[in-house]
Amino acid sequence: MTDGPRALHLEARGLHKRFGGLQAAADLSMRAQHGEIHAVIGPNGAGKTTLVHMLSGFLQPDSGSIVFGGDDITGLPAPGRVQRGLARSFQITSVFREFTVLENVVLPVQARQGHSFRFWRSAMRDPALTEPARVLLEKVGLGDRAATPAGHLAHGEQRQLEIAIALATHPSFLLLDEPMAGMGPEENRDLIDFLGGLKETHGMLLIEHDLDAVFALADRITVLVYGRAIASGRPDAIRQNSQVRAAYLGEAHV
Amino acid sequence: MRSQLTPAHAVSALLISLCAAVPYLASALDEPFYVIVFARIMVWAIAAISLNLIMGFGGMISFGHAVYLGIGGYAVGILAFHDITSAWIQLPVAMGLCAVVALVFGVICLRTRGIYFIMITLALAQMVFFLSVSAERYGSDDGLNILWRSEFGSGIIDLEDGAVMYYTIFAALLGCLLLQWRIVVSRFGMVLRASQSNDTRVQAVGIPTYRYRLAAFVIAGVMCGLAGFLQANLERFVSPDMMNWHRSGELILMTVLGGTATLFGPLVGAVVFLLLSEILSTITIHWHLVFGPFLILVVLFARGGVMGLLGSRAARD
Repeated sequence: MTDGPRALHLEARGLHKRFGGLQAAADLSMRAQHGEIHAVIGPNGAGKTTLVHMLSGFLQPDSGSIVFGGDDITGLPAPGRVQRGLARSFQITSVFREFTVLENVVLPVQARQGHSFRFWRSAMRDPALTEPARVLLEKVGLGDRAATPAGHLAHGEQRQLEIAIALATHPSFLLLDEPMAGMGPEENRDLIDFLGGLKETHGMLLIEHDLDAVFALADRITVLVYGRAIASGRPDAIRQNSQVRAAYLGEAHV
Repeated sequence: MRSQLTPAHAVSALLISLCAAVPYLASALDEPFYVIVFARIMVWAIAAISLNLIMGFGGMISFGHAVYLGIGGYAVGILAFHDITSAWIQLPVAMGLCAVVALVFGVICLRTRGIYFIMITLALAQMVFFLSVSAERYGSDDGLNILWRSEFGSGIIDLEDGAVMYYTIFAALLGCLLLQWRIVVSRFGMVLRASQSNDTRVQAVGIPTYRYRLAAFVIAGVMCGLAGFLQANLERFVSPDMMNWHRSGELILMTVLGGTATLFGPLVGAVVFLLLSEILSTITIHWHLVFGPFLILVVLFARGGVMGLLGSRAARD
């Protein structure tokens, strides 16, 4: 169980993953530091989501290893990684639609308080669960939506809830799979500010199509093409990199 | 919890009161037959509640759930056959056996999802069914008569007394309703309901769902074993028919008819299902022709079952 954020780095070492004829990861190595936002960009099909699935334990790499906080976690199932402080959000909004917003956040709070083999006492009447959940909802700006079923939220709010659920597990490191997907410009700016504020206490791996958001937030960028990291470095260096320009950024963006 | 009163609450309260009053009403109306009808309904309701726990709240559609009725029933029948009539032995054996079988079956079934889960639960239940059919010593197809109902030996709970038998079942029903409610709103229930909604997401917040789903599967099996224990005592008879796959199907129908994932849906479903088949079968021998289309209409047009029609908000009503 994680009691609070700790300084942990996340490292991928020589990951390979193949789906039939598709090479989704080829000798993929990267290191994401605590206290930094490490963005991963690349064209569609470059293997970005596959990388998040492997790092979070939902896919096993064919070879290579994943190291978190100095420990090899390659064989650790997804729930165990979360318990160590490595949480993720989903590209396709993946909230519990029938649950209220508050219940959505109570579940991860419950998860970090040990096992759930408790059969009698009402979870939603347990202040040890609802209080931390309410505090977190205030923080992400969903405080007044606590009693709303998550399926009734607007798209942008669901994206906020998606991140709130991940944060409620008290991670020290966040894997964010396209957190801005489908959001309007104003919501985007709010989220950029919010994520920037988390940097002090969390390491983050950010997958994002919105390059403005990436360059506003990232301390380091890795560019993936066909499962290969073709470049990795500071945003300025990535901007100048001719290989990256050719493969991905295009002239318009530079 | 939201606590607005809906017609669903009123109907639930009415049904519970009705179950409590049936022995008096039946003697007042001189229709003793209804005592046994409602005793049967309540036993089925317990079995349906146990199925609702995994199917309604956990998304595990077991098409072999009646197997635990049979195991619970045969525990009584076989022990009584060997002159062991103490309820203090029969009941733990019935529920313990169901726990072990549910654990083994659960370990196998829970590796699958969707239609495969349905098919494997059916196949495993059929194995036990054929085992009972081939048990010549215990009557094979013809079943086994039970001469003496389970003895609690205290003098207070004497199941040979019809009224005591009835109210024992009634008390068990109340107990199961209470247990279902507490389980559903507890932390365990949160995990169970969330894993039905989105299992991947539950794992992504750090909860290994498999062990919780397995535990729910075992709890449901044990609760259904209790129903089997009561049914065997009520009917003084067990036979392989108790765990025929038709029975499993009827359990699913009752639960869906009443309203899955509602606390009182299984009871409502058992009442509607069994009363309707009772009444229709007295009107015409072709009652299935009416009953079948009725069930299809309910499933098609009232997706929340009877409780849904009555405005129940699912899950916690």
